[in-house]
Amino acid sequence: MAAELLKIEHLQKSYDSHVVLKNLSLFVDEGEVLVVVGPSGCGKSTLLRCINALEPVQGGRILLRGRDIHENEKNLPKLRQQIGMVFQSYELFPHKNIMDNIILAPIIVQKRKREEARQEAMELLARVGLENRANDFPRQLSGGQKQRVAIVRSLIMHPELLLFDEVTAALDPEMVREVLDVLLDLARQGRTMIIVTHEMQFARAVADRVVFLDKGKIVEESAPEAFFSRPQTERARRFLDTFSFETVRKSG
Amino acid sequence: MDIQVLRSYFPLFQTAAGLTVRLGAEGIFLALLVGLICAAVRYWKIPVFCQIASCYIEISRNTPLLIQLFFIYYGLPKVGIRTSPEICGVAGLAFLGGGYMAEAFRSGLEAVDSVQKESAFSLGLSKNQALLHVILPQAVSVSIPAILANVIFLLKETSVFSAVSLMDLMFTAKDLIGLYYSTTESLFLLVFFYLMILLPVSLLGTWVERRLRYAGFGT
Amino acid sequence: MPDLGLEVLWKGRNFVRLLGGLWTALRISLLAVSISIPLGMLLGMLMTRNNLVLVVLTRFYLEFIRVMPQMVLLFLVFFGTTRWFGWNLDGELSSVIVFSLWGTAEMGDLVRGALISIPAQQTESAAALGMTRPQILRHIVLPQTLRRLIPLSINLITRMIKTTSLVLMIGVVEMLKVSQQIIEANRMSSPNAAFGVYLTVFLLYFLACWPISLLSKTLEKRWS
Repeated sequence: MAAELLKIEHLQKSYDSHVVLKNLSLFVDEGEVLVVVGPSGCGKSTLLRCINALEPVQGGRILLRGRDIHENEKNLPKLRQQIGMVFQSYELFPHKNIMDNIILAPIIVQKRKREEARQEAMELLARVGLENRANDFPRQLSGGQKQRVAIVRSLIMHPELLLFDEVTAALDPEMVREVLDVLLDLARQGRTMIIVTHEMQFARAVADRVVFLDKGKIVEESAPEAFFSRPQTERARRFLDTFSFETVRKSG
Repeated sequence: MDIQVLRSYFPLFQTAAGLTVRLGAEGIFLALLVGLICAAVRYWKIPVFCQIASCYIEISRNTPLLIQLFFIYYGLPKVGIRTSPEICGVAGLAFLGGGYMAEAFRSGLEAVDSVQKESAFSLGLSKNQALLHVILPQAVSVSIPAILANVIFLLKETSVFSAVSLMDLMFTAKDLIGLYYSTTESLFLLVFFYLMILLPVSLLGTWVERRLRYAGFGT
Repeated sequence: MPDLGLEVLWKGRNFVRLLGGLWTALRISLLAVSISIPLGMLLGMLMTRNNLVLVVLTRFYLEFIRVMPQMVLLFLVFFGTTRWFGWNLDGELSSVIVFSLWGTAEMGDLVRGALISIPAQQTESAAALGMTRPQILRHIVLPQTLRRLIPLSINLITRMIKTTSLVLMIGVVEMLKVSQQIIEANRMSSPNAAFGVYLTVFLLYFLACWPISLLSKTLEKRWS
């Protein structure tokens, strides 16, 4: 039985009077890949932002290895090192080249040696097939390449938990695959991840467990096969239907 | 136009241009400092100071330098604050320019997307580290064209210095026109020296702006 | 309480005279702005044409006007042209001419900037809907251009008002000149008048410009 890495208890999140997450409870085991799906505006991204303490919460607790993330403002940088997050818009730092983007945090946050950080960065870049782009600037890379660099940038911090917020949503279709392959590779290595995505085929392939979120509540939570072939609720069924098309070819 | 007259006036204008450049540079340096302080105070939202900075920025941007100089040079001595013409000119330029520079820095800081800050946070950077390594470098490069535009603007504004009896280019030209009626030569040298001062800065501004646009900061 | 020289303002018609001086400055700027706006629009449209001669000429005009301090331009017109062309220009007319030349250049650049900032896809998609060129101009380009332009032109008015303070230097009797006269006339009875009067002038300029810049800022935010 794997240990529990992340535990969310009765999480409440609202912007002014607009409630985004309602009494949400969730756990993630070590080595587990949790995929969160749901219609836009259901609170998926907000959930990830709360886990990384980018948003203040109005109630409940988020525990990483039993420690409350929101408990102490001073501890945030330390806690965030244990959680990696990759954004939809990559957010590479435009004024630094690829190598400097990757080794910035290891050097100034973890105080690691520059050479050692560079070496690990090169190894990680090689894993995602970008070892020859280390000296380029972000603007010279395609979206898919930038996103792979962003993943490497969070991997080098050796986080225990990785958060992916619709990381392929801004990409051209032909680049989606190269990024998803990296995520599949990470899953195979046994990394703990929470992935928010709209790629249903991918979700089915990568997930250990699927959570379906709607209007700030967990509506369904099950194994991927069960969720995608036999959704239990009407709302999940309707949501999954939006991804399939009926043939309209006219006969004759 | 009389070449002989031009030749005899040239050194006078040269000295005057030196004064314009020197006081301009001093005033601009102080304006950058004032602007930086105001921008910082407003960025960190330090109570009271933040409101004072906002008021100051509105006042400095909505009053003419000439009036500011008159107040400093002729008004303030009446309440015991006496200044030399040079200090008055530099102080006026710093007062005027500080507001403009503060706005240039602010727009640079605002241009950096908040997700950039968040992605720095999510890598474990502290607030100060994110500011130093991620936000400031980007903000500064966004501000540079506006800062250079302000530099040109402030150098042009020095042309009212003659009102507080500083012997700058305008003063020299007006003097020579009044004394010897040598309008053409004086105006020619006036335009020539202002071009010598302002054209290089203006060209630098155009060049930097093009380069930054080409670099295409952002994603 | 030390004597700040404020009582001078309430003597006789002094304050009204001061306001009269402000009105002179405002009159010059409003006149110059109303000349600059139509001419600037014309200039801006000319600058977006692909005519080399036109581009070089307009560019030269724009760069020269914008790189020269307005004081120098005032001198060129007030002292220079009267000498070279032998005509008679008083200070106020010279100021209107200079501020119009300057305003036209600034406005022209704003118009040009606003025109080229509208993405080509906007006109293309309008053309794809079958709209004619005048229709595209009327319904697509102009509304978007104006939204960018109006706040910036309003801002130009405040810059114009601030610049009018310079006309003192070529002998126009505006607020600053009136204050000098008031201070001079009351030198014996209120030796500190310079403080109060110049402070008042300072505040009056602020009160004239600040609401206009606020309006410009508000519109810019609302329409961006």
